[in-house]
Amino acid sequence: MVQSSLPFPLVEGRAHEVCGAGAYSFAFALAAARGGQVLWVRETWEVARVNPDGFATFMDPADLLLCNAQSQLEALAVTEEALRSGAVALVIVSLTKPLGLTEGRRLQLAAKEGKSIALALIPEGMGSNAAETRWRCTPHFDADECANDRAGDSTLQRWELIKNKSGTLGVWYVRWDRASRRLAMVSPAGK
Amino acid sequence: MFDGIERRVVSLWFPRLASDRALRLNPIDGPFALTLKENNANRIYCLNAAAEAQGLHKGMTYSDARAFCPDLRSHVAHPPEDQRFLQGLRRWATRYCPWVGLEGEDGLVLDITGSTHLFGGEGAMLAQMRNRLARAGMTVRIGLGDTRGAAWALARHGEGIAPAGAMLDAIGSLPVAALRLGAETSVALQRLGIRKVRELAATPRAPLTRRFGPAALMRLDQALGDQPEEISPQAEPPHYGVRLTLPEPIGLIGDVMAGIQGLLGQLCPKLQAQEVGARRLCVTLGRVDRDSQQVELRLARPLHDPHRILPLFERGLKDLDAGFGIERLRLEATVVEPLPARQINHVSAGRKDKLDDLISRLGTRVGLENIQRFLPADSHIPERSFIISPAAYSEPVRHWCPARPRPVVLFAPEPIAGRTPHPPQRFRWRRMALTTGRAIGPERICPEWWLEDEAWRSGLRDYWRVETQEGRRLWLFFTPQAPGWFVQGEFA
Repeated sequence: MVQSSLPFPLVEGRAHEVCGAGAYSFAFALAAARGGQVLWVRETWEVARVNPDGFATFMDPADLLLCNAQSQLEALAVTEEALRSGAVALVIVSLTKPLGLTEGRRLQLAAKEGKSIALALIPEGMGSNAAETRWRCTPHFDADECANDRAGDSTLQRWELIKNKSGTLGVWYVRWDRASRRLAMVSPAGK
Repeated sequence: MFDGIERRVVSLWFPRLASDRALRLNPIDGPFALTLKENNANRIYCLNAAAEAQGLHKGMTYSDARAFCPDLRSHVAHPPEDQRFLQGLRRWATRYCPWVGLEGEDGLVLDITGSTHLFGGEGAMLAQMRNRLARAGMTVRIGLGDTRGAAWALARHGEGIAPAGAMLDAIGSLPVAALRLGAETSVALQRLGIRKVRELAATPRAPLTRRFGPAALMRLDQALGDQPEEISPQAEPPHYGVRLTLPEPIGLIGDVMAGIQGLLGQLCPKLQAQEVGARRLCVTLGRVDRDSQQVELRLARPLHDPHRILPLFERGLKDLDAGFGIERLRLEATVVEPLPARQINHVSAGRKDKLDDLISRLGTRVGLENIQRFLPADSHIPERSFIISPAAYSEPVRHWCPARPRPVVLFAPEPIAGRTPHPPQRFRWRRMALTTGRAIGPERICPEWWLEDEAWRSGLRDYWRVETQEGRRLWLFFTPQAPGWFVQGEFA
């Protein structure tokens, strides 16, 4: 099977979704590829904290703004406003409840107006129909002893495109290269 | 110099400023004194008339005073508050004339030239001052003369009004100390037999200057009007408030915005002239039924550009009840910060301004404290190696360089089974069965003993990077002092 090329960074001016255990890596890889200011919107009660020392290998923590919202509705309102303003290149929003068609479509329109990207981190199986692409990212164990050290300590990821409005689906194995700060495609051994 | 108009100066002296202020707040009958700790001794700083009648005096130690007068009530003095109170009195005194300055720590000096007729003459004016101050509970001594020096002398040494043009007659019989001379000079003059101002004026000048320097005669000349002396009125602090009264009540958001735009047009030039920017603005909308509503706007950066501030008000005005209509608008910059003029360059300005405006706009929705950013902190404890602070009140810090690989997500330690120092071969975490594929470590981190931290009670931690066969790379730690395994983060 001939593998199509990875559609990354994602299409500008659209809303995308990502799920799975590697969603954080995907979000930071996108932020790094996109450059510029990033706004991370989350609900106040979220326990998992992103660690600036951890994602400093992807992007400069100075470029990341956090926004704590009281509820998902408020988080969506903030996301929409930030997208519309065009002041940030990427808005990442963590969602816990499924999005309705209206909310999904509003995010699309806002992203289009501000020429920025919306990336929703969703729980598995809760995608909205309005999303441009949906990815499932899972970490993958690399049997090759040295590969991890060569890339400077990063996880081999399996990125699966499970929804694409304007293209084909696919599966890619990628790894973040710390030294060059870019995504490296990997052909997994034994696949 | 005033084309025939005589210059007239009033000097107000508040001999009991501090104690009067304390008694105004907290009235007490009977002897009362304020004490201040100087050179390790509590001394009397200011006292009321009743205490003075008991034989107490300023500068006396407090324990002596208690011995003389057992029912003495006292408080601790607070000189900065007294100065603030004196500033308040200065503002009050501008009702008599615009030219009011401070005289030392407990006096005021007013240039009332040309404003006495508004109060019915000098005598009536002084009587009014005295009445109003007495009603406010203030003891005051008032002197009026042609010069600042003469007014001072009359206020401190026997009150009175010096008739215009006859300063020497008015203050001639006062002691030389009335000339604002230092204690040393006045004592030396008295030793020479010069006790009264008149005697000093009659003494030949050249030997006096040789003996005491030019200062003594300068004070005399200033008091008699031969040398000028200025009164420096203090500048009023700038007031950042503007208002608008409308002939007809309005109710549409567009109209209110137009009103605010007009007010910003007045306020912003004021802010620009003072080189400050508003950090918090407050619009008060007065309705026809005498009710009023307030809209507060907090900004992420100090601003003084009307076109940037105006759109930020939109959200606050949305959920406003105009009732029967709004007829008064008042805009005030309640918090201002210095904002000097900056060189505009073509590289940076636009993008940053846009981001600041976004922070302000989101701040009106979720609260300005909830927009945060990461700042580095100096600690090797993973959860304390950064701090999260409000973006509106901090600047971004570049150049993060973590020395060792750290997980991208941190959570509170979650216990897993295992008691041996080497990572468990199989373990269950979050209801997943995981198998260790590779383990790198340990990295030992010691608790910061100088900080009390509940989570680090279990002592040392040996951190391991564990790559599981299932794919996830976790950050595990072992606590050798209380054997147990925990998961604290996940790598990217």
